[in-house]
Amino acid sequence: MTASIIYSVLLLTSLGIIAAIILYVVSKKFYVYEDPLITEVEEILPAANCAGCGSPGCRSFAEKLVSTEDISDLFCPVGGNDVMKSIANLLGKEVTKKDPTVAVLLCQGSCDMRPKTTQFQGPDSCAISALVFSGETDCQYGCLGKGDCVDACLFDAMYMDKDTGLPVIITDKCTSCGACVEACPKNIIEMRPKNKRDLKIYVGCMNEDKGGIAKRACAVACIGCSKCFDICPKDAITMENNLAYIDAQLCTLCRKCVDVCPTHSIVETNFPPRKKKPVSTITKGKKIDPPSKEKHIDKKVKAIVEPLKSNNDA
Amino acid sequence: MLKTFPKGGIHPHENKITASKPIKRLNPPKVVYVPISQHIGIPSEIIVERKEKVTIGQIIAKSGGYVSSNIHSPVAGTVTKLDKFFDSSGYKKQCIVIRTDQKDQSNFEFIDKPLKTDIQLSKKDILQLITDYGIVGLGGATFPSHVKLNIKKDKHIDCLIINGVECEPYLTADHRLMLEKAEEILVGIEILMFALHIDKAIIGIENNKKNAIANFKELTKNNDKIKVAALEIKYPQGSEKQLVRALLKREVPKNGLPLDVGVIVHNVGTIFAIYEAVQYNKPLTERVVTVTGKTIKDPSNFWVKIGTPVIDLINEVGGLPEDTRKILNGGPMMGKAIKNTDVPVAKGTSGILVISEEEAERKKCTNCIRCSECVFVCPMGLEPYLLMNLTEKKMYEAALNEDITTCIECGSCSYVCPSHRPLLDYIRFGKSIIKTLEIAKDKK
Repeated sequence: MTASIIYSVLLLTSLGIIAAIILYVVSKKFYVYEDPLITEVEEILPAANCAGCGSPGCRSFAEKLVSTEDISDLFCPVGGNDVMKSIANLLGKEVTKKDPTVAVLLCQGSCDMRPKTTQFQGPDSCAISALVFSGETDCQYGCLGKGDCVDACLFDAMYMDKDTGLPVIITDKCTSCGACVEACPKNIIEMRPKNKRDLKIYVGCMNEDKGGIAKRACAVACIGCSKCFDICPKDAITMENNLAYIDAQLCTLCRKCVDVCPTHSIVETNFPPRKKKPVSTITKGKKIDPPSKEKHIDKKVKAIVEPLKSNNDA
Repeated sequence: MLKTFPKGGIHPHENKITASKPIKRLNPPKVVYVPISQHIGIPSEIIVERKEKVTIGQIIAKSGGYVSSNIHSPVAGTVTKLDKFFDSSGYKKQCIVIRTDQKDQSNFEFIDKPLKTDIQLSKKDILQLITDYGIVGLGGATFPSHVKLNIKKDKHIDCLIINGVECEPYLTADHRLMLEKAEEILVGIEILMFALHIDKAIIGIENNKKNAIANFKELTKNNDKIKVAALEIKYPQGSEKQLVRALLKREVPKNGLPLDVGVIVHNVGTIFAIYEAVQYNKPLTERVVTVTGKTIKDPSNFWVKIGTPVIDLINEVGGLPEDTRKILNGGPMMGKAIKNTDVPVAKGTSGILVISEEEAERKKCTNCIRCSECVFVCPMGLEPYLLMNLTEKKMYEAALNEDITTCIECGSCSYVCPSHRPLLDYIRFGKSIIKTLEIAKDKK
């Protein structure tokens, strides 16, 4: 009885020792050296694995950061400048500061602005729809409204607005990884600089058709009239293929172009409500049409309604 | 026992309601919209200007490269616009708009010329005429014919196949052409056989066109070079690869051409266009179009000038029915819905099919039940359910290994799927992605 217990204990112990020796030898023989910095860098990175940096995941980006000498071209859009700075401190390398960007949708063709003329019955995918035809409306440059960008967003920063049929970008959540830009078959999502208060002015249209055709297809299309181009004091606006484009680097956010645009295709976001022009006191008694921006004001900054009233009362 | 291809295939309702209607000739349309990319390959280059007067058959857009084709004015008139309009691709494409001069009698030229049987030109001249007169494959693929006929010396061709199958439901354009212009088509075949030094030709016709088969058999009674073969009624027999397999039992290699097995396939419409180009110097400016649909009052076959807006043809058959939901350019299986009724007829338009609200309804897609119906019917021996899943999951390389690129897009899988899954939509999408990926790879 005791003999069998001793045998089994001895057998198992010796087996354990043999296995331990084999494992030790193998781990020494096949040891792969890995820079411990890689793991450290990976821990700093946001671990979103969004591929916004160009590498397939955070681990491979960390490897790239450690192995390359000059990392000033590399940038993690999700972590931003803070993360890049701490990585630079850790690695003792230089990084350049980059302005944060945010995705914007260059199309305002909501259902009531851009009437549907056809219907797509195929699968719910922009890419497949784009393969078959130019879209359900007469504008062949605008949003297809099937939500490929929303599916591509890993950060829950986009949703489809059912009333307008357009995707909405939640600026606070957007990490500017660029997945939506890749996913959009119409190339209507652009990365634009994001300043502190998230003030932006951009042409919300990609329609390159001539004015009349563009206007017929969509009420808020850029008709290429060049009014904004003429008024811009900083030459930030370029006209190409019947379409205006505002260079965000040159733009000083003076909003002159927003006022002159006859189709309201220039979008301004998060600006404080405008002061009422003194015109109303001069033309007293006459009924003045409200400023042409009414639609935008109603939709975006509701607060403007109150000051207007109090002004009139006074 | 009739000949056919062994693998897959379906038999949709034929609905050939216009089979007994002779091809009518229409008055020249008031305005034609001639797209500059009516063929596979590089778009042509416009060589006319605004307000320029053009005569019928004048070159208005020059071939843009080797795989490209000349485009000729289908009418005599004035160029009014050079602008972008919706064409059958669903996108706005560059078009030449010509207002027809209604008084110009030359618009009625080239019509019903007497049969001319003797071939006077040399081989080189014939091929040159086919290149110059913008002949493209009229079966639907619109591949420039001169490219197909320019055979490299190391290839040996021993058989010419004439595709008169017309397996698409509803369409009868080729059928009527074979009945009305049979002798001309035979001369066209002789011309091609002479130009390519081939001494064997087979006309393949599906057995639902018995009168066309009898007609050709009668005419070729004393001709042992040209044979007529009746084929079983099965879709997609009109596809090149399936037709070669059915008639000669030769398997075209994957991603290869019929040329690789010593065969050249041409549609009957193309043969007739070649006949007219060679014997009467007529450029490709018109074609037979079937305008049909269950709700259409008077469905018919027409000789249509290239560039005629679809609405003109629909007005000709009794107007657009009220419950119309979809208008297809082509047949119900491979045709593509058009964006609006101003879309012009192009070289590849073999039919205009009007579909009512009821027929157009696409049923709700449900889960795959693994019945493998799609695998049974695929004429290329693919697994459509798998290809769709791989494309949906973005596994393009795996899809490429499953030979997604050999798909001929016949739509049999989507037709039979009991779960109404959009199989072909996804396969087509996967093919396009793989194509762009390969182009990107080549550039690198």
